[in-house]
Amino acid sequence: MNRVATTRAWLRRNLFSDVFSGLTTLLLLAGGVHWLPGLIDWVLLQAVFTPDAAACEAVDHAGACWGVVAEKYRFILFGRYPYAEQWRPLLATTLLLLVIVASGLRLLACGPLLAAWLLALPAFFVLMGGGYFGLTAVGSDLWGGLPLTLLLATMGMLLALPLAVLVALGRQSSLPLPRALCTVYVELVRGVPLISVLFLASFLFPIILPQGSSVDVLLRVQGGIVLFAAAYLSETIRGGLQAVPGGQHDAAAALGLGRWQAMRWIILPQALRAVIPSVMNSAVSIFKDTSLVTVVSLYELTGALSLALAGDAEWRSFHLEGYLFIGLIYWIGCYAMSRFSRTLELEGGLQRKSLQGLG
Amino acid sequence: MRFPNFALNWPAAIALLLLLSSAPAHAGKTLDQIRQRAQLVCGVSTGVIGFSSADSQGRWNGLDVDVCRAIAAAVLNDPNKVKYVPLNAQQRFTALQSGEVDLLSRNTTWTLTRDASLGLHFTAITYHDGQGFLVPKKLKLTSAKQLKNAEICVQSGTTTEKNLSDYFKAQGIRIKPVVFEKFEASIKAFFSGRCQAYTTDASALAFIRAKEAPRPDDYAVLPELISKEPLGPVVRRGDDEWFAIVKWVIFALIEAEEYGVTQANLEQMKASGDPAIQRLLGTAEDSGKLLGLDRDWAARAVKAVGNYGEMFQRNVGDASPLKLRAALNALWSKGGRKVAVQAGRVRWA
Repeated sequence: MNRVATTRAWLRRNLFSDVFSGLTTLLLLAGGVHWLPGLIDWVLLQAVFTPDAAACEAVDHAGACWGVVAEKYRFILFGRYPYAEQWRPLLATTLLLLVIVASGLRLLACGPLLAAWLLALPAFFVLMGGGYFGLTAVGSDLWGGLPLTLLLATMGMLLALPLAVLVALGRQSSLPLPRALCTVYVELVRGVPLISVLFLASFLFPIILPQGSSVDVLLRVQGGIVLFAAAYLSETIRGGLQAVPGGQHDAAAALGLGRWQAMRWIILPQALRAVIPSVMNSAVSIFKDTSLVTVVSLYELTGALSLALAGDAEWRSFHLEGYLFIGLIYWIGCYAMSRFSRTLELEGGLQRKSLQGLG
Repeated sequence: MRFPNFALNWPAAIALLLLLSSAPAHAGKTLDQIRQRAQLVCGVSTGVIGFSSADSQGRWNGLDVDVCRAIAAAVLNDPNKVKYVPLNAQQRFTALQSGEVDLLSRNTTWTLTRDASLGLHFTAITYHDGQGFLVPKKLKLTSAKQLKNAEICVQSGTTTEKNLSDYFKAQGIRIKPVVFEKFEASIKAFFSGRCQAYTTDASALAFIRAKEAPRPDDYAVLPELISKEPLGPVVRRGDDEWFAIVKWVIFALIEAEEYGVTQANLEQMKASGDPAIQRLLGTAEDSGKLLGLDRDWAARAVKAVGNYGEMFQRNVGDASPLKLRAALNALWSKGGRKVAVQAGRVRWA
């Protein structure tokens, strides 16, 4: 009896508190009853899970053909990387993911974390590129799939953030030359779409270079992404800098801190904390926008998927399932990032509270 | 932050810029570069069934891919020393111009504009295609001329798009092209009823109907072809030796078909008394010398991929899912358009 009563109270409080929410609940319920069985039927009951093209064809889209993922997952995840060597991108990706997760969950203290990054990044490049320790060399234009997506997004963020802070400070500088340079950079880069930056980096840059010298295509594209992301991020950070009250500068000066000390210990921490949601927003954006590098024939997740399916007579018609698969990967990445952002914000809030308590 | 994705034609803009910087950026001998890196870099499609596509293990195959393999066999003595660079319709010419690939073997239509204005040379025709229409049967259409005011789904950046507007302009019929960048998107849009017709090369239409249509019997391919689409490999201008090599490897494959030289009977054919075959296979005269190759160049190409007829059967003909008939692609002596300038009958001594 008691339990029924509490359930009823919970229902009333959460689902039927007023006419509007009651109607919404009923509507969602009706929608669920209407769509859910069909969805479950398609996703699970009628689905084909084995890499058997004939079976998939027999089902004729009445059920999902997850067999396409079972058949093509290596191509989708690692792109054009030589098939026999694909343990290398697997290991490299795992390493990089471990370090990223360890950073996100704060599993390591500052020093060991830095050491982990300094070990993982070179390990990533050695594993992927080869040429050392008896690993055959694999050109960076053959890197693809998940490792490429991760690399472009991670390096994009890691390098763009410091650059963005510098540019944001530069734009606030009282010296005319740095200020003008930073303004021109931001306005120029922000004024063109990423896709054109990638085209310039990939096709025009080699023409400008003196003959004979060439810069690796991945490096050029990564540079383009970093420059582009930094231009956007710097504006976000400039917003954060301006949000710090002027009194903080005065207080820092009164404590006898120099300009740079004040910046490092007083202004920047507050400015960066204020813009965590926007910065994470940019990170999510960069993560997904890496899919644009397909236009310069680097095949990250999205590109590898269409490369894997477009020319395959047996599997081409099941690209919806393929897109759902990589959609899931992108979603996991983005969701993890927003959780991380949330914990950072909460922590920041708590710290501020404890500081106030002390004060 | 959002990265806006402009619809502006950036590839074309950059191709133009490349042209304006008129000095040939890569004037070095292509053949030397290929030998030095022991690899032919071949631009292919991002997946066109029968022409160039990668299997689950990333191995490339198709008619266009076999052209690359044949050339690698002739030049490097190993058909597997090829790096395939998948290129989409918009980036293919830029990639060739900028030197990213040595050769573009990517079902590319030979047109005057492309041949004369992009700093490229089309080498030879490897496939004669034509553009057709796929329509739902319920519209009861029997001819493309009935497509008045129709919305027609088409992929962008291709000659298909241009032929479509040219054809209907010439007919004085108004149509509405609905343009998609990706093949998948264009095909999904058509089958979900976005357009009344779908147009692309005839080599793809029958297969699209059979494989992609929810119910193939609800759709029909219209009888007329509105264009001729000669497809073939393309090289950069400024390196005539390389141009000649690509051209003659293709001619050799076609000639091998003409003389009945196949992958299987190649060794017996080397002992043939026919002077034409002897010249082709380099058993009598050294036909490779003039191209900067050795005397076995053509024999190696045939050994790697078979003659043109074998390539056709394996990739797009009866032995493939496409099951196309040779038709225009049969030899000239069998009612088709396939002609090779003759390696075997030319005298140079």
